[in-house]
Amino acid sequence: MAEIPILLILAGLALYTVLGGADFGAGLWELTARGERNTALRDHTHRAMAPVWEANHVWLIFALTMCWTCYPEAFTSIASTLSIPLFVAAVGIIMRGAAYALRAGVSSPREEGTISLLFALSSLLTPFALGAVVGGIASGRVPVGNAQGDEITSWLNGTSLLIGTLAVVTSAYLAAVYLAGDARRMGSDEVADAFRRRALLAGVVAGAIAAAGPFVLNADAPGLYDGLTGGAGLAALLASAAAGLVALALVANRRYEPARVAAAAAVVAIVAGWGIAQQPEILPGLTIEQAAAGDATIAAVLIGFTAGMLILLPSLAYLFRLVLTGRFDPAVPLPEGADARGSGIVGDLPDERGDAPVGAAAGLRPVLGAGAVTALGAAVTFFSDAPLRSVGVAAMLLGAAACFVAVASLDDAEAGP
Amino acid sequence: MPLDLIAAAFGPVQQDYLLEARQMQAMSFMVHIPLVCFGVAFPAFVVFAEWRHLRTGDPVYRTLARRWSKVMLALFAVGVVTGTILSFELGLLWPGFTAAFGDVFGLGFTLEAFSFFIEAIFIAIYVYGWDRLSPRAHLLTGIPVIVAGITGSFFVISVNAWMNSPSGFRVENGQAVDIEPWGALFGNDYLAHEVVHMYVAAYIVAGFVLAAVYGWQWLKGNRERYVRAALTISLTAAAIAAPVQLIVGDWAARTVAQEQPVKLASFENLEQTTKGASFSIPGGPEIPNLLSLLAFHDPDATVTGLDSVPPDDRPPVGIVRASFLTMVGIGTLLAALAACVLYVRVRKRRLPESRWFWRATIAAGPLSVVALIAGWVTTEVGRQPWVVYGVMRTEEAVTGAGGVPVGYATLALVYLATLAAVVWILRRLAARPLEEDVPAHG
Repeated sequence: MAEIPILLILAGLALYTVLGGADFGAGLWELTARGERNTALRDHTHRAMAPVWEANHVWLIFALTMCWTCYPEAFTSIASTLSIPLFVAAVGIIMRGAAYALRAGVSSPREEGTISLLFALSSLLTPFALGAVVGGIASGRVPVGNAQGDEITSWLNGTSLLIGTLAVVTSAYLAAVYLAGDARRMGSDEVADAFRRRALLAGVVAGAIAAAGPFVLNADAPGLYDGLTGGAGLAALLASAAAGLVALALVANRRYEPARVAAAAAVVAIVAGWGIAQQPEILPGLTIEQAAAGDATIAAVLIGFTAGMLILLPSLAYLFRLVLTGRFDPAVPLPEGADARGSGIVGDLPDERGDAPVGAAAGLRPVLGAGAVTALGAAVTFFSDAPLRSVGVAAMLLGAAACFVAVASLDDAEAGP
Repeated sequence: MPLDLIAAAFGPVQQDYLLEARQMQAMSFMVHIPLVCFGVAFPAFVVFAEWRHLRTGDPVYRTLARRWSKVMLALFAVGVVTGTILSFELGLLWPGFTAAFGDVFGLGFTLEAFSFFIEAIFIAIYVYGWDRLSPRAHLLTGIPVIVAGITGSFFVISVNAWMNSPSGFRVENGQAVDIEPWGALFGNDYLAHEVVHMYVAAYIVAGFVLAAVYGWQWLKGNRERYVRAALTISLTAAAIAAPVQLIVGDWAARTVAQEQPVKLASFENLEQTTKGASFSIPGGPEIPNLLSLLAFHDPDATVTGLDSVPPDDRPPVGIVRASFLTMVGIGTLLAALAACVLYVRVRKRRLPESRWFWRATIAAGPLSVVALIAGWVTTEVGRQPWVVYGVMRTEEAVTGAGGVPVGYATLALVYLATLAAVVWILRRLAARPLEEDVPAHG
């Protein structure tokens, strides 16, 4: 049971690298697409990312919460020793959210340029810093305990630099592949080609950095090197390299949909390789088994996880279906049932509303009824103790909600028609 | 590595900047919590406005819902990232706490992550789905946003409630054992009143802050139906929530009196355990037996004093008492303002006309945020010197890493810039002409 949560955490991290990485990478491309003539590129980037970026970032929160619940000592050893890069990553995440929110208010190209810069900066900071954190853990530089490791060399070392740089470039690559495919779906071949060129460039750079990886790891993190150059670790490494090459070939042939899958597979394989190379230890001298919380906690988390997934997966599928089938694209005709005739939506909600003519508002009776329930609930809450008090609280809150609907629905005598 | 060695690795550390670490945490909460209010209450306002439109066909409510949904999304984005900072800080600032008890309280955050996920998914579908989904389907996609706002705060507050009323574990050699995570989080005595108190506060804050913005327009002479509709929804919500909060606050105080008597004693700076304790209003009289009446609904009840614990185990009484008085004082004023709103709205079927009413409403916006923060200061500083009440001291929880003041100063600058950005976006969104939000076709 002790290993199940770490598998889920690694899966969450892989998803965050693919989905959140694509979001950060988009920020880098905004930087290369400055000026009037690249407006189409920037608008496309924003439009493609806007509906999904928040959901993409929740995978990180998911991995963090799972980690501190199921492996509390390992998580806090990592967070306290690697506090500098984690703090930098956090600041980058704030900048990402601020850039997104700010874009809602821009009105001039100059303002947009400033915001692109903010977004691009966050795209450099967060993937690099999080990659450096992974490098610190993977190269065995985080001892067990409260801030027991070196505050600087734990993340400023060959492995961290390698993985941090690779994270930035991979993000850029994933973003370009995603955006190229999205642009082609929308029929803007020019934008698609622009992102295809970017994807090929980033893909080649990422491949070159990855190819240098074994030399860096051999010198800096021999344990990790051994894990990745033998047995299942080697298989994962080779699978990742193969998937990366396939993805690049698919991009070159403008086959973006399968290229997305292959690029994601390359990320998943290398994350798996890391896990295989490092097990059974999570930190030096601390095995996953020893680091794991008790069975009661892990069982509770797995129950919560399963229940959460049952709600999450259909919701996420619905969102991605709407986005990927272009339902949120501009200038799409209204679906069946929506009334295109201006704002008078009443037209499509016909007879069942017949008893409530337009403009009719609720009378005083519901207000008094809801008010009475609220007051009664309040009295019970005030004068009693548990368990009767719970009944009072429930009545008070439901009454208050009903009160709100009734009072806010009253006609505004002065508003006029 | 044997378990006792792991525990020893998280033994006491030298941290010269414990106070700065606490302030940094407090600052992060103060930035995040007002945004939480909007995450909880605003979706209900927006969905209500859309529902009114579908029910009555009145286009003004559609315009309102569309414009508000954009504000809601921008505030949610800032809420997401400031909330992410809080989860980082559990490891960055308080590794001792998280290492010892992450396996007890962590479940609450795992569940919250799912809640948060649902909120992020449906808020995107709702905002980007205008004119893309059928009206009814669109309205329905707003419901999960409201529900996830409720469940998300429920799960996060379950952790805070457990910190104030810890149960569901035993401590053995510095490690939590015999852990019952469900019972610890959802079976403790603080969860119910803390959740309801915060939830009602969210409606008060979101309602009065919005009413302050539109009240400003009203005072400048803008009586358009759009402004009236915005004020009707926001003021009604705040006006119903504010009096309810007095009852919930009483419930919270009575629970604190039983479970955390030292915190309650700090509200009045009550040195000695007293039968029939009085309550002194600053600048006003000392009212006999009031504290006993408030705490136990019995004027002659015995209230435990600060002297029941050694000085080292008492919270900083001055801060706790000042924040408590601030919260209660503002809360009472808001409830009085609420009574005016409800009277005029229900009896005269309109909004109040008096200029003084609108000036008071404009003040009520920022004051409600002050009361919200004062309330959290009351409960969190009142919990000191404990991070887990009676079990672990805050100084045992803090990180051994250096650089706390640097992080604190950096984060303060980042948050100041974020605050400026939020104000800028909201002004920009408000300055756009209303026509932009009327569907272009037709």
